[in-house]
Amino acid sequence: MEWEIVIGLEVHVQLSTKSKLFSGASTQFGAAPNTQACAIDLAMPGTLPVPNAEAFRSAVMFGLAMNAEIGKRSVFERKNYFYPDLPKGYQTTQLAEPIVGPGEIEIHLEDGSSKTVRLHHAHLEEDAGKSLHEAVFESGHGMSGIDLNRAGTPLIEIVSEPDMRSAAEAVAYLKKIHSIVTYLGISDGDMSQGSMRCDANVSVRLKGEEKLGTRTELKNINSFRFVERAIKVEAERQIDILEDGGSIVQETRLYDADKNETRSMRSKEVANDYRYFPCPDLLPVVLSDDYVEQLRNELPELPDAKAARLRDEYKLSAYDADLLTQERATADYFETVAKACGEAKLAANWMTGELAALLNREELSIGQSPVSAEQLAGLILRIKDNTISSKIAKQVFEAMANGEGDADTVIEKRGLKQVSDTGAIEQMVDDVIAASAAQVDNYRNADEAKRPKMMGYFVGQIMKASKGQANPQMINKILKEKLDALL
Amino acid sequence: MHQLTIAEIIRGLRDKQFSSVEITRHLLDRIQQLDGNYNSFITVTEELAMTQAAAADERLSKGEAPALCGVPIAHKDIFCTSGVRTSCGSKMLDNFVPPYDATVVENFNAASAVTLGKTNMDEFAMGSSNETSFYGPVRNPWNTDCVPGGSSGGSAAAVAAQLAPGTTATDTGGSIRQPAALTNTTGLKPTYGRVSRWGMIAFASSLDQAGPIARNAEDAAYLLSAMVGHDPKDSTSLNRPVQDYTLNLNDSIAGLKIGVPKEYFGEGLNADTAARVQDALKEFEKLGAELVEVSLPHTDLAVPAYYVIAPAEASANLSRFDGVRYGYRCEDPQDLRDLYMRSRGEGFGDEVQRRILVGTYALSAGYYDAYYNKAQQVRRLIKQDFVQAFEKVDVIMGPTSPSPAFALGAKKADPVAMYLEDIYTIATNLAGLPGMSLPCGLVNNLPVGLQIIGNYLDEARMLNVAHQYQQVTDWHQQFASSASPA
Amino acid sequence: MAVDTQTVEKLAELARIAISTETIDEVSNRLGEVLQLVDQLQAVSTEGVAPMAHPLDEEQVLRADEVTESDRREEFLQLAPQSEEGLYLVPKVID
Repeated sequence: MEWEIVIGLEVHVQLSTKSKLFSGASTQFGAAPNTQACAIDLAMPGTLPVPNAEAFRSAVMFGLAMNAEIGKRSVFERKNYFYPDLPKGYQTTQLAEPIVGPGEIEIHLEDGSSKTVRLHHAHLEEDAGKSLHEAVFESGHGMSGIDLNRAGTPLIEIVSEPDMRSAAEAVAYLKKIHSIVTYLGISDGDMSQGSMRCDANVSVRLKGEEKLGTRTELKNINSFRFVERAIKVEAERQIDILEDGGSIVQETRLYDADKNETRSMRSKEVANDYRYFPCPDLLPVVLSDDYVEQLRNELPELPDAKAARLRDEYKLSAYDADLLTQERATADYFETVAKACGEAKLAANWMTGELAALLNREELSIGQSPVSAEQLAGLILRIKDNTISSKIAKQVFEAMANGEGDADTVIEKRGLKQVSDTGAIEQMVDDVIAASAAQVDNYRNADEAKRPKMMGYFVGQIMKASKGQANPQMINKILKEKLDALL
Repeated sequence: MHQLTIAEIIRGLRDKQFSSVEITRHLLDRIQQLDGNYNSFITVTEELAMTQAAAADERLSKGEAPALCGVPIAHKDIFCTSGVRTSCGSKMLDNFVPPYDATVVENFNAASAVTLGKTNMDEFAMGSSNETSFYGPVRNPWNTDCVPGGSSGGSAAAVAAQLAPGTTATDTGGSIRQPAALTNTTGLKPTYGRVSRWGMIAFASSLDQAGPIARNAEDAAYLLSAMVGHDPKDSTSLNRPVQDYTLNLNDSIAGLKIGVPKEYFGEGLNADTAARVQDALKEFEKLGAELVEVSLPHTDLAVPAYYVIAPAEASANLSRFDGVRYGYRCEDPQDLRDLYMRSRGEGFGDEVQRRILVGTYALSAGYYDAYYNKAQQVRRLIKQDFVQAFEKVDVIMGPTSPSPAFALGAKKADPVAMYLEDIYTIATNLAGLPGMSLPCGLVNNLPVGLQIIGNYLDEARMLNVAHQYQQVTDWHQQFASSASPA
Repeated sequence: MAVDTQTVEKLAELARIAISTETIDEVSNRLGEVLQLVDQLQAVSTEGVAPMAHPLDEEQVLRADEVTESDRREEFLQLAPQSEEGLYLVPKVID
């Protein structure tokens, strides 16, 4: 039996506004508990909400980037349920009239193929606070502590259609959402801090079947890697059950990363009836066509358009262009390097190679790179003008990463300048040939076809003698002439 | 001194006939002496009042003080007062001392008015008799065996008993007008959005509106002028120019077109009450006004629509009272669910619980369309009735309440009978229109109220109309005998 | 229309209000009376009438994105039935 996995994602993105969705309290991450929970956030009696204009601006920008319909009239509703991290006893959210309607985006898969994923809608809502279960309190065992700093932080909840067919597609979609919100600058998209959270609706069905299978909802999967693993393991679980003749229970499940398994969240299973109704404390938000058009004009170049331009303008491969445009900061870095050194291909290679490895190793973002774009461009310029070889360049790069200054400083200080003096190289070639009688004999007696390969030994010896600083093209040229003269 | 109207106090303070400290002291003493009979105050803020009065005298001595500077008033206990317990008439908030002021309170403080205390009310403003208060019922100064009406029963009784010359109150379905009618006071519910709801504990957000209760229209105009205005902290607050409502009181009302809705004089209206209201309408004709019969065909549906919409909104508004961040928490909760269930089960009284359950029902899956949505559609029909009527008339008049004050306990066991107390007042809340009640006669020595319904933002005209009536009648100058101690 | 006790129990659970077994019949009866009153709504045709959530046809005014609130934690925590280390305490929350 061949199974097909069907996935829809609900992605919550925290907007990076200065203040909350309905109050003037700060949204800054990491403050001491409850120091950023004002009377409105605490649902003190008599307090009232007033929505944040910037949250709407962010949501509309997102909708435009998703090629979606914009809700010119949107309405906040109350979603009623009791939970200690929800001070009002209802979440103010949107349901019937959301700010962003249907849309679609293209996702890019690692095999180079693309696919369109449809957006069902996206809506604005307020975040909840946090319950701290682990802490032990003097005044009571078995108590949880409630921190409401996060309560009221603006979120957009982005709901996809069930259009994804593999964990890899889900990750590609998530990465696309991540790159769009960071390009727009409406969120830092930091999954480790919870700025971006993902719930996945997962079901399986036999290939060719049209009807969707019973789905489960995986809650709060908080990294790209966990999304992939959680979906895979949940789909396997469902397939095992179905193949054993069982059936799937529609429920909420939690992914346990340590055990790499999903488990039922029974506490969330109490039949909930959210009793949505329009929030009477808030009026319909009506946006003018002019406002929406103005934001459309303010849209920055988005990842797909940027990738197309990089292919076109810098002759990059599709793969490199996609890789370098996933994050706006990476693309900006690339363009700075490429413009400064005029060697786009080399710039791309260095960024996807040495720089990516460095950042990965040090767990740094491109914005935190110890090697600036200007420094990398300087290095490439020295490769280009033959001051150093590619091999030496790697040493220089490491030195720059260690804070030893720009390429010229490192080359100067360490004396790494490439030897391109014909006389000096001829002397080194002669010395090596003289010291390698056996290898010279072998070379002479070998088939013509095998000779180029055999030159490697001599090149290695010469490079060693020059401490890697001899110009490799010149070594090759002079060595060949001199060896061939001995034939 | 307690017999003085606000207008007289304003003049007296400026003429230095007495100081704010003197009149404040006098009223505090009177509250202490008499309020045991009425229970109109939940909290008396003696210390605060005396401090504010002294500061007001200081400000008056420098001249250029706002009109209400030094005038003692009291606030319904639904308005948050910084540092002063704000209970909303509920056990749930018996220990609640907010660290912030309602905008209404802030406005009066800015005007240097003096706060005598916080007045009693039905729990969370849910009631029409003031019997649902955690602090016990309020008694009607006209007959202490009778209710004063509700939910602003304390605010109305305090004015009627001359414990305060004016009070703040709120009206969700008639809670200013009906108690005003039952206590011979003048009360006005402004256009929805005219007065900020910030810091006013919500019952039904799309219906709640604050307004004054006073002895006459002129005093109500002084209080209202201080209350109104746009408040950016309340999204539903109207951003329209404010006015001084005392300026047009003396305009002639000759030619005024008064709409008389036939539906307000049908079955269920006490015959004596009807007669007093008819007398008042004749008085207006003498003043040059013209009576025009109008029809508000959806009147009968106002109470049913209200008892879906108000409980639905309340069911969510009151979810914040959960025993976590403030207010009542049950003893030794076994677990989280127990904390919620018992804190709310023990902290809320029967009527509040009943309305929360009704609202929960009206919003629950499968019933939303039949109840909540239907009620909101009917609400539009009710509004359209008024819009059409106001194409022909300037104001609408009728009874405020179907009968005079009833005995304590008489309707306690029958919620639906209690709900019908507000049959003539509820529609204006649903439509967002301003409404007021003023004294227009007595039946068996119990007061009868005349209701004036105005068009949107037409409070100045309503007060002018009421004031002109009060220039030729003296019902508003009648006082309950219980309020005149030997 | 009567409301059965099972419905009342469900509503009480949704609204998190403990209702004792002794009073549940009375609550059911009272709710039934109120629902009978509001059932009068069913008699009128409202076809094509837009629901009216607000009395006036006003539009929302948005607030500029500015931090206007300062830390008042200690004032607010004083109101809490139980708090420690700057946190509100509740019986353990189980996920």
